[in-house]
Amino acid sequence: MAAEDNKNQQALATDEEILTYVDHLIAECREKPGIVIPLLQITQKKYGYLPEPALRKISHELHIPYSEVAGIVGFYAYFSIQAKGKNVVRVCQGTACHVLGGNEVFAAVKKELKIDVGETTPDGQFSLAVGRCFGACGMAPVIMVNGEMIQQVKPSQIKRILRKYKK
Amino acid sequence: MIKLYIDNQPVEVPANTSILDAGRGVGIKIPTLCFIENFEAKGACRVCLVEVKGAKNLVAACSTTVLEGMEIFTNSKTVRDSRRFVVEMLLSEHNGDCKTCLRNDDCELRQLASEMGINVLEFEGEPAPQNIDDSTPALIRDSGKCIKCRRCVTICNEVQGVGALFPQGRGFYSSIGPSFAENLAAVACVQCGQCAAICPVGAIIEKDHIAGVWQAIDNPSKHVIVQTAPAIRAALGECFGYEPGTLVTGKMVSALRRLGFDKVFDTNFGADLTIVEEGTELLHRLKKALVDKQPVALPQFTSCSPGWINFVEFYYPDFLENLSTCKSPQQMFGAIAKTYYAEKIGKRPEDIVVVSVMPCTAKKYEAQRPEMSHNGIRDVDYVLTTRELGRMIKQAGIDFRSLPDSKMDSPLGISSGAADIFANTGGVMEAAIRTVYEIVTGRPLPTNQLHIEPLMGLDGLKKATLKIEGTLPEWQFLEGIELKVGVAHSLTNAVRIIDAVKKGEEFHFIEVMTCPGGCIGGGGQPRFTTNEVRKKRIAAIYQEDEGKTLRKSHENPDIKQLYAEFLGKPLGEKSHQLLHTHYKAKENLKPT
Amino acid sequence: MNTFTVSKLQSVSELIQLRSRLLNEEEQAGLARKERILICMGGGCLASGARKLKDEFHKQLHHAHLHNSVEVKGIGCPGPCSHGPVVIIDSDKTLYQNVSPGDISEIIEQHIQNRQIVERLIFRDNTDGKSASSIADIEFFKRQTKIVLHNCGTVDPLSINDYISHNGYAALSKVLCGMTPETVIREIEKSGLRGRGGAGFPTSLKWSLASKSSSSQKYIICNADEGDPGAYMNRSELEGDPHSIIEGMAIGAFAIGANEGFVYVRAEYLLAVERLQNAINQTKEYGLLGDNILGSGFSFNLEIRMGSGAFVCGEETALIASIEGKRGEPRPRPPFPVQRGLWGKPTVINNVETFVNVPVILLNGGDRFASYGTQKSKGTKVFALAGSVRHSGLVEVPIGTTLRELIYNIGGGTVNDRPFKAALIGGSSGGCIPKEHLDVPLDYESLNELGAIMGSGGLIIIDETSCMVDVARFFFEFVTEESCGKCTPCRVGTKRILEILLRICDGEGKPGDIEKLIHLGEEIKRTSLCGLGQSAPNFVLSAIRYFRNEFEAHITRHCEAGVCFREKKFNDLEIQHSASTKD
Repeated sequence: MAAEDNKNQQALATDEEILTYVDHLIAECREKPGIVIPLLQITQKKYGYLPEPALRKISHELHIPYSEVAGIVGFYAYFSIQAKGKNVVRVCQGTACHVLGGNEVFAAVKKELKIDVGETTPDGQFSLAVGRCFGACGMAPVIMVNGEMIQQVKPSQIKRILRKYKK
Repeated sequence: MIKLYIDNQPVEVPANTSILDAGRGVGIKIPTLCFIENFEAKGACRVCLVEVKGAKNLVAACSTTVLEGMEIFTNSKTVRDSRRFVVEMLLSEHNGDCKTCLRNDDCELRQLASEMGINVLEFEGEPAPQNIDDSTPALIRDSGKCIKCRRCVTICNEVQGVGALFPQGRGFYSSIGPSFAENLAAVACVQCGQCAAICPVGAIIEKDHIAGVWQAIDNPSKHVIVQTAPAIRAALGECFGYEPGTLVTGKMVSALRRLGFDKVFDTNFGADLTIVEEGTELLHRLKKALVDKQPVALPQFTSCSPGWINFVEFYYPDFLENLSTCKSPQQMFGAIAKTYYAEKIGKRPEDIVVVSVMPCTAKKYEAQRPEMSHNGIRDVDYVLTTRELGRMIKQAGIDFRSLPDSKMDSPLGISSGAADIFANTGGVMEAAIRTVYEIVTGRPLPTNQLHIEPLMGLDGLKKATLKIEGTLPEWQFLEGIELKVGVAHSLTNAVRIIDAVKKGEEFHFIEVMTCPGGCIGGGGQPRFTTNEVRKKRIAAIYQEDEGKTLRKSHENPDIKQLYAEFLGKPLGEKSHQLLHTHYKAKENLKPT
Repeated sequence: MNTFTVSKLQSVSELIQLRSRLLNEEEQAGLARKERILICMGGGCLASGARKLKDEFHKQLHHAHLHNSVEVKGIGCPGPCSHGPVVIIDSDKTLYQNVSPGDISEIIEQHIQNRQIVERLIFRDNTDGKSASSIADIEFFKRQTKIVLHNCGTVDPLSINDYISHNGYAALSKVLCGMTPETVIREIEKSGLRGRGGAGFPTSLKWSLASKSSSSQKYIICNADEGDPGAYMNRSELEGDPHSIIEGMAIGAFAIGANEGFVYVRAEYLLAVERLQNAINQTKEYGLLGDNILGSGFSFNLEIRMGSGAFVCGEETALIASIEGKRGEPRPRPPFPVQRGLWGKPTVINNVETFVNVPVILLNGGDRFASYGTQKSKGTKVFALAGSVRHSGLVEVPIGTTLRELIYNIGGGTVNDRPFKAALIGGSSGGCIPKEHLDVPLDYESLNELGAIMGSGGLIIIDETSCMVDVARFFFEFVTEESCGKCTPCRVGTKRILEILLRICDGEGKPGDIEKLIHLGEEIKRTSLCGLGQSAPNFVLSAIRYFRNEFEAHITRHCEAGVCFREKKFNDLEIQHSASTKD
């Protein structure tokens, strides 16, 4: 979901822009207890990943040691410190998907993109991730591309589905 | 009081006592690998599990408080099996070799495994990933040996406020360390070594200098001299089975001679010298402020503790000017040894090897700072921690307990009681005031035993006010002034006192020691330092001080001679070259 | 609907006036209306194109000049997700399944204009072998009892007015005018409501512990971090009836003396968050959240916090840590959150479904609620029925309904009538129920006896094409990935179990492996710090208990279902065993 509304921003943002953005964010909520995670979520959503200058700024402004900010980022699967491809494909590995052929779908996606989980295609078009249950078990197996759910997917359809997203 | 039963024995303990403490009170040792006294129990390691009648699962003794009528079993089959299982799990992920581990003599995990009689690894599998971080001069971290007990995280964050170490990642591949697998050298670690002192296993250890020291001793062309910090004599005995707080000064000196050091000197000498210089510096700053009305950085901060210096450089560059320009006693000693002493014995400084024995890991860092050399020659060549010295003595086959007492060599071995108390929190301040007061008034400090009660003990933040009256003509500008001093130990308390200064509270002089309790609780001291142990070592140090006739630094005859023959006067040109330095903000490094 | 704006409601009577105005309007509209078309706006149907379908209905009705007499209304999930998008014709409750834009003209012409049912779109595969058009005749609906989901499928989840006109916030106003925290808790006690998050702790007991605390600051938290793979009850409840959650939480807050609350929602549930936020905004606007609600002096503020992808945050102490802005690591209990919770203050955490039950109980009385269910487990339970089952979706039945009824009478049996193998209940923390126990009543105690748990309601059916060892491995990959790593047994023990399962699935199992799995599993359960670790081995232990022969067969390299040992077949596809959610 991270990348859906930011497709073209991540490559363009300079450190300075990032800092201005984060500064502005923090100004609104500095005093709010526990705000660090929502700040990380908003920043991740904006850039598709968490740029280091943003993390340093958040650590500095909220007086949280950088090692702790890193510890938070590394704990939650939704945070990433690497820029992602234009399109993020998440394959559901929930139980219902698993018992209804999710593995074959996963294998087909990997074969089509020729990348593994956590990687991005050389042309920067696709990143591959897995998720544990998107809550669409009634329509298993499912995959999500840029936050858009695609249901009852068959391995044979993968090529066609992904082609749609390629620029 | 709460009444309960532990292993069918009736026990009465105050409310809010943990099962762990309740057990200890009746002689039942419940093992733990993650608990540290005075901090919230984490319940992470799970080796302190006990059975509580009526509870669904086993409970962690460290984090569970007693309840009226509780029936606890610490030695049932279930408890034994489960604790054994937990230790087996730790062993199965442990990526280290006990044969070659520096901690194999006091590793808490190995000891538990041995007590449990685990002689086969039933559950083998992928071990924890091994990343070795030897990036700093002081410490080595080995993630493969880490059992993720998080004691170091507590110390680094809650005691030192440094925040260099934190849990990273999640699950089996989680690790403890700086951000995103950085090395310690890349972050604002002050190298205090409190993590190494609290680590139950060999995951964080000091960088061993023993081999270098042997090499120097074995080299006949080198004149190898050793200095021992005041805190060593109250703790080294613990490496040889003595009770904490046993003074072993005489045996230590004998052992050092037998190890082959050419001369056995005392960092205390450097401490006395520091007091003369630093006390004079304080008076100069006060004069500048009160008489010359010039801007001057006050309060003056002590600068003996290298972790504290790092901390200021990283986090409080605005206060760099407040740090005393005096080098630490270790470095002053080294600088004098390689100049004054070298001349005296007719050796070239490059042929003299200065080894220091310190209760501290950050001293290893300090010794290699570029500032700490003169004409390209380092003041100090090797730094051993108390623990390393203990090992060296054992390596040499010396039966420490049977050694006779002997005395330090001259001229760098004579020292005052004021120098001894450098080891304790509040000690540097008390030593300084003993000298400053006498310089200014011509009279000794009019307190019981020359002590300043409010500055003694383990309170994190201590303050005292001293009214100066009856000054000598030269110091009349200080007449009637109330000298305000503060003492902080551990860096979170340092932050508290800096905050107070920032808010405008008036201080003239502030002592900061990086480690809890001061140097007696240093990161290089024998394990494991609890508050009980700290108190005993502190008492021993005061005992050493009180037992001496020479109690004030400026009265040290060798110091007087040093000024007469070599340095001239305090803060003179030679002092400036050899004994003083300046620090710079460390902006190039990323804050933690 | 929504034809007038409302300023802050100052009193209970203003709320009542508003409701009657709304009902009046609705009645007028109903008289003028020829028909109403209900379209499921649940996440599943949306993903199948429900939004486009709704737009298209609007367009075509307009085209046919029917837009003034035929209303199109979005509703929460009515249940049969696998048949989405689902459309219901309100007057005769005809349910059309798998509707696509191409079907619209036919529905309008044939059904709306000529009152002829479009046979080809009606719900098929009824258990009696016949097709049925009306919800009243479809077994899938007939056999359900909807308390939690009573608004899903009728009320527009985007409209507070629609909620209010369906008696929404009536329970809150009843509580605020005339009830005390004690009487509220007593009513909940009478109902016998137990926590729907899985453990089944009596809700009234939790509330009364918090209520008795003298702390001036308390918190109430709704746990919507539904992380068990295969469970999406909470998601549908959030999407379909967000106001019931808000109302239930406000009542809970009143009962315990909290005036701040949080809803902690799983990161993946974007639509749920959107709908809930919309509902919170509306509620604030109406003065049903905020200061001095309905002039009663009671204040309650509610905020959403989103998860960031960590299953363990469903554990309440981890959830609290996460809201506090920390790594979501559990801490030892006691102290329990009701003693020391969020920011050290007494905190009540309940599951979404628990809160949704609350307004119903307060309105209709605890006794009525207690008339559903069994001796020890009252009320209903929502299950997310999925896997090899003909009608997968969201179903709600009285607690104590048998598994057989759920699968065969409501779910319509397995896909293609393949032989049933097991029901996986309670996700990774749960267990499996084999066919010899198909008649087990679904209640907390009976399930525990079989080594399973009620859990939050995930219910996956597998048939003989699935391999139990493979499924156990699947669950364990999940558990191992989601272990936080804080305590030893869970961090290392789950990894060791996974390693054994992986080698068994790779045909490299060794004699003694099954015993090792059991030993590891039992010790992890006994020694782990939190509920995740303590329940992590449940599934594998349960699988060994009922399907030990399959494990044994695998050790001699035989997989009856033909799922394992296929690496060679898949050579170029290479199924990844240790996929990580981290990207």
